[in-house]
Order: sequence, then structure tokens, then C-alpha cells
Amino acid sequence: METLDLIVNIAASTLRLATPLILAAMAGLLSLQVGQVNIGLEGMMLAGSFAVVAFGFWLGSTWMGVLAAILVGVALAALFAFVVTRLKANLIVSGLALNLLASGGTAYLLEILFNTSGTFSPTALQSLPNLSLPVLSDLPLVGRLLFNHSPLVYVSWLAIPLTALFLYRTIPGIHIQAIGQNEEAARSVGIPVRRRQYLALMIGGALCGLAGAHLAVGDLALFREDMTAGRGFIALAAVYFAAGRPRLSALACLLFGLFEALQFRLQLASSIPPQFFQMLPYVMVVITLAVISARKEWRKGWS
Amino acid sequence: MPYLELRGIRKTYPGGVLANDDITLSVEQGEIHGLVGENGAGKSTLMKILYGMEQPDHGEILLAGRSLKIANPHAAIQLGIGMVHQHFQLVPNLTVAENIALGAEPRKGLFADQAAMHSRVRALSERFGLQVDPAARVSDLSVGLQQRVEILKMLYRDARLLILDEPSAVLTPQEVESLFSVLRRLVAEGCTAIFITHKLYEIMSICERATVLRRGRVVGSVRTAESSPAEISRLMVGHDVASPQRTPPNANPRDRLVVRALTTGSAHRSTPLDFTIRSGEILGVAGVEGNGQSELIEALLGVRTGVTGDIVLDGTSLSRLNARRRREKGLALIPEDRNREGLSRPMQVWENLASATYYRSARASVLDLGGLQGAARDLIRRFDIRVSSEKSAVSTLSGGNAQKVVIARELAESPAVLIAAQPTRGLDVGAAQFVHEQLLNLRREGVGILLISADLDELLALSDRLIVMFEGRILATFQRDAATRQALGLAMAGRLESEDAP
Ligand SMILES: Nc1ncnc2c1ncn2[C@@H]1O[C@H](COP(=O)(O)OP(=O)(O)OP(=O)(O)O)[C@@H](O)[C@H]1O
Ligand SMILES: [Mg+2]
Repeated sequence: METLDLIVNIAASTLRLATPLILAAMAGLLSLQVGQVNIGLEGMMLAGSFAVVAFGFWLGSTWMGVLAAILVGVALAALFAFVVTRLKANLIVSGLALNLLASGGTAYLLEILFNTSGTFSPTALQSLPNLSLPVLSDLPLVGRLLFNHSPLVYVSWLAIPLTALFLYRTIPGIHIQAIGQNEEAARSVGIPVRRRQYLALMIGGALCGLAGAHLAVGDLALFREDMTAGRGFIALAAVYFAAGRPRLSALACLLFGLFEALQFRLQLASSIPPQFFQMLPYVMVVITLAVISARKEWRKGWS
Repeated sequence: MPYLELRGIRKTYPGGVLANDDITLSVEQGEIHGLVGENGAGKSTLMKILYGMEQPDHGEILLAGRSLKIANPHAAIQLGIGMVHQHFQLVPNLTVAENIALGAEPRKGLFADQAAMHSRVRALSERFGLQVDPAARVSDLSVGLQQRVEILKMLYRDARLLILDEPSAVLTPQEVESLFSVLRRLVAEGCTAIFITHKLYEIMSICERATVLRRGRVVGSVRTAESSPAEISRLMVGHDVASPQRTPPNANPRDRLVVRALTTGSAHRSTPLDFTIRSGEILGVAGVEGNGQSELIEALLGVRTGVTGDIVLDGTSLSRLNARRRREKGLALIPEDRNREGLSRPMQVWENLASATYYRSARASVLDLGGLQGAARDLIRRFDIRVSSEKSAVSTLSGGNAQKVVIARELAESPAVLIAAQPTRGLDVGAAQFVHEQLLNLRREGVGILLISADLDELLALSDRLIVMFEGRILATFQRDAATRQALGLAMAGRLESEDAP
């Protein structure tokens, strides 16, 4: 019984920890599909985390904070879209700039607006309440595993099929794929290429804002400098591993979530410095994805 | 009144290339009008102007008597103009129906109405005899089928003026026939077409009139009924084009390339391949594309995994050597797709010329750039590559000149065995003749040549022996005298008439 309990706990925290990754991965895959890979996912998330805490605190409502996080994500994505499509700036440089801007900008704003550095956790701010459903949440085990999470966890589950539906079934989605795979072909049939690129990137901005919000107010209610800790890049790795497919990308994110959940357990149960365990999920995800990708390449043979 | 009139069209590309110089051209309603000319003559440029992809410096376009400004492809589509591009404009991961409807999808709310899309595509397919599965992914289609998708794409948009830029270059003879019957049907239904090709017999068989371009200018316009391929090619090139002269075969040949029990691990159930190429011999490989030719080339070059069997060049086994070592033993390759496998288009001509052997010029890992550029200048002169300088990017070269860069690089080192895959694809008559001469020169010098081509005339003109590949194996072998179009065609379709041992 105790092991079962442990397993359910780890599984539940896996789902929680994978949430920001899944949201960011959906954003990343939209940018990949439209041919403008956004490595600034990290920055948009971090800005979202800051916005949810700051606005949630000022407006006295965590949900208003979440809305602000979405808007900030969209605004940054629009800026990125402008720079890479209109000004034709390099994708990598622009994405890096976005990350630096978010990292430095949030630290700076923390200092001048709230007069602190490092961590900011206003006592007035509440984390998003867990959404408990009648009957379902009371089910043994299953209730704890699936139906007792912060609302944004459910949003991330919805985001997966919705992204797939958008990309594969709607007209703008089909255009986005066309642009990413053969921009010239898209142009030659009169698709408004730039407008579609803005659309894909800005939806991604909203998703990253949500991802950042979950990090900040999903469990606790605080902002820490650079609290995204590379999650934007992990999400991007998941997307590349899945070749831009929504469901497979989400699966890769769950894998990372699992490693992260495990490292928390190990940290608690051992006297080895915690930094060692904190490193583990990243190492594991890199190794796993590399091995799987290499096997895929190997089977394809030379081509 | 002609249906379409182009008056005094002039186009200079940024960088100063004068691609179209005062072009005047008229096309009648319901006509298939041929447009021919050497590589780089400006055919594609003129058609891109008509389709709104490029803007002319000056000149006028009149369609059904109305003077028009065509700002972009969207405007051209609205006017009923459709274009099949020289390089297909398809989205590989989308389905056939999605590609055809792209940008003009039937909608159901926010969604694309897949059912309506499929039924419209199916209706068009049936009406014009262009069978293709609307649900298939484009990346899974053969080039012939991909082209069908391109044609359907035009028809879906109700194009009345069809522009086809070298549609036949990548097709098998059978596919060309079916393309022609589709075109005839479309014209009978009231469409008008402009047809670009380098194959003059195609012009003779499908066009009523043809306009000839040379260096951006119109040099003649002929009625095909009153003209001949020789006359058209004289107009194109500016002088007579002689067919290449074959010398008698080598009297006492020795084996240059021996291939034994070679399996390529391809999708086809691997039947081992056995063949020998002797010195001064051209061994032709006929076959519909996708029957194992690409795998064979990769296996010979050493860039494929899962290959078994033995490859012996001049007595040395190549099987365990990598591509560079094989090249050093005297293997050379003119690849099927020069833009993807033969050249780096953004790089400069000299860099491409040096790409096979640059490492030898290195001293303590530092390349001798001056030496490499000098060597490139020599090759440019020797092979008559028309470029302004060895420092031009390959992407600015016409098809013929780009192919000459590949050939110059591959022949620079006097190979022992040359694999020539589709060596004249997309080349004009003059450039094709140049390539044929080079191949025959090598043959005279005792080089063994494996010639893989989709062009039966080329195979029949050059080969000493022919093998036909079908589903990954060698289905038939023909001596030069026994090879006829008829027999080859049957074997390519998998049917055997008479067979002699390979
Ligand atoms: N985008 C471009 N920028 C600069 N020069 C170009 C560009 N496209 C074509 N050219 C040049 O314009 C000339 C005409 O090219 P075009 O593609 O129209 O020739 P073509 O007759 O279609 O030749 P081919 O038979 O090889 O297709 C060539 O000299 C080519 O190098
Ligand atoms: Mg052309």
C-alpha cells in the first residue's frame, strides 16, 4: 500500500511538473511549424512568471495576474515576430536577446518595483486553488492522481489536442504548416505569410505566459529570478525530438516531469548535495532524447 | 486578336543580369505555345513575370485585349493564370487534397472542410483523367504524381491560361505521354497553355507554334508544322547542333568495375546485383525511377548503410572504403539531383570545384586558397563554364552551367569509372551535346561509365550495353544492337520479351 501511495504521489507531481513544459512545448512547436523557431520560450515564460506575481499582487487577484501573464507573453511574441519577419533578424540571436531581456528585465523590475532581489513572495498573493471536482476528486488514488490539481494543469492537458486540432484541421493551421515546409509554395498560392507567422508566434506567447504563470502560482505563490531554469529549452528539445508533433512532444515533456519528480524524492532521502540531484533531470532528458533520436536516425539509414 | 500578348518586356535582376530584353510574344486562344531556348535564356523569368512573381522593368501584358498589371501570384490566380513551376511548389507533409486546395480551402467555420476538399479533388481528377489519391501524403508520391498534383492545383483554381515550366524534365516517357493527353484535353475544353521544354520532339508533337529565346531576346517564332527540330535548335544555339560521334568499341577491354552479389538494403526485396563495366564501355541503366537506381548509386559511392556484396575497381575492392577513399581510387559521380547532391548552391563556383579534393592542397591544415582558385579558373576555361568569375555563387548560374561545374569537378581528376546519373536533365540541346561529347571522350580514353538515365534516346545513343532495373533487380540485359525503345519500354514495365544472361 505504501509503495502504491508513493507511486501515485510521484505520478501526480510528474503531471504538475510537466505542465509548464507542455505549454511551452506547444508554443515551441507552433514556432517550429511556421518556420520561425523561437528559442525565446524561456524568456516569455519568465516574463509570464513575473507578470502573474506582480499583477496578481497589485490587482489583488491571482486570476487577473494570469491574464496579465498571457498578455505579456503575447506582447513579447509579437515583438519577436516583428523582429524576425519584418526586420529579418537572425532567429537564434533574436531568441537569445528575448531571453536576456526577460532575465535581466525581471530582475531589474523586481529591484525597482518591489525593492527586493532574488525571491519575491507577497503574502497577500495566493496560489491558484486546486480544482476539485465533485465525486471524481474523491475517488481513491485516481482522484489524487488526476483530479486534484491546479487549474492550469488541466489547461495544459487541453492544450495538447487543441494544438493538434488547430494545426492539422483549421485553415490557418494548414497554412502554418505550409509556410514552415515550403514558404515559397505558400506565397505562390497567395497565403498571407507574415500574418500567419504572427498568429503562430503570438499563440505561442500566450501559452508561454500560461506556462510561466503555472511555475509562479501553480503550487506556491512566488517569483524567483531565473525560476524557469532552462525549462524553455527542455520544451524545445522535446519538440525537436517529436519532430513538431503535439502528442509526442507532450510525452517527452512528461518524461522530464518524471525525472524532476524523482529527483525531489531522492533529494529528500539522501545526504548528497541537492545540486547533484537537481542536475539529474537535465542529464537524463538529454541522454534519453539523444539515444532515441540516434536510434531513429540509425534506422532511417543514410539518406 | 491574340488571347495573350506580351509587349516589350524587359527585366534586369538586381546584380545587373539582363534576363529579358524587349520580349514580344503572342499566344492564341486554345493554343499550346512552345517556349524554348538555351539554359539561362530567360524563359522562367518571363513566365514568372506573367505569374506576378517578378515585376518587369517595363513592358505590357495584355490578356484578352485588356492591359494588365500583375502584382503578385494572387492577382494572377484571380485572372485565371496558373503555373506549374520548374521546381515543384508542394508542401511535403500535407495531403494531396490539402496541397491542391492550399490558400483556397473550402471552409466549415474555422476548419477546412476536408470532405468538400476531397470530393472536389476527386471530381477534377475524374474529369481530366488525372488519377491521384486525395488522402495520400505528397512526400510519398513519385515525381510524376507530384506533377499531377501541381496540374490539379491550377485546375482547382479555374486557371484558363496554363504555364508549364519544363514539366517533362522529370517524367518517364509514359508519363510524358499521359501529360500530353491531359494537355490536349484541357485545350479542347478551352484552356490555353504555354509549354517550356528542352526536348524538341516534344515541341514538335504538342505545340502548334513555338517562340525561341536566346540571351533574353526573341530570335524567332515558328509554326511546328512548317519547321524541324534542326531548325529550332539552330535558332536556339545560333549554329548547327551535330549529334555526337561514337568510335568503335574498345578492341581488347579489361574489367574496370566488377560488382558481385551487391544488395543495397532497399525497400525492394533485395535481389543481389551482378554486373561488370569494362574499359571504354558505357553501360546504360534504364528503368522507371524508384526501381533501385538511387540505392545502387549510393551503394557504389559508399554512402549507404546495410550494403553487402563486393565492388571491385581495377582489381581493388572498394567495399570497405569510405566515399573519399573510393573517389581517390578513381570513382567519380555526376549525381541525379545536382542541386541537392552535387553542388552547394550558396557557395561560390571555385569552392564547389574544390570540394572533392580541397584537402590535398592543405599544408599543416591551412588551405591554399589562391591555388584552389587558380585551379578553378583553369577548369572554368577548360569546360567553358559561362560565369563572370570563379567567385560567383552557384545559385546564380543557369541549369546548364551549374551542371558543367559538377562535370568539371568530376572529370578534373581523370576518373577510372564514372557514374553519370541523369547527366543532361534540364539541359538545353547545346549543353546536352557538350555532356555527351565529354562522356564519349572518356569512353575513348578507356574509362568505364555507368550511365543512368530516364531519357531513352540518350541511353540508346550512347550505351554499349544496357541493363533494365525493375523493383531493385536487373530484369534484362541488352546488347547495343538488340536494344529498341519497344523492348526497353516493356522491360521497364516489368515484362520480359527476350532475355539474355546478364
Ligand atoms: N533571382 C535571380 N537573381 C539573379 N539572376 C537571376 C535570378 N534568376 C535568374 N537569374 C538569371 O537570369 C537569367 C535567366 O534565367 P532563367 O531562369 O529565366 O533562364 P531559363 O531560360 O529558365 O533557363 P533554364 O532552361 O536553365 O531553366 C540567367 O542568366 C540567370 O542566371
Ligand atoms: Mg527555367
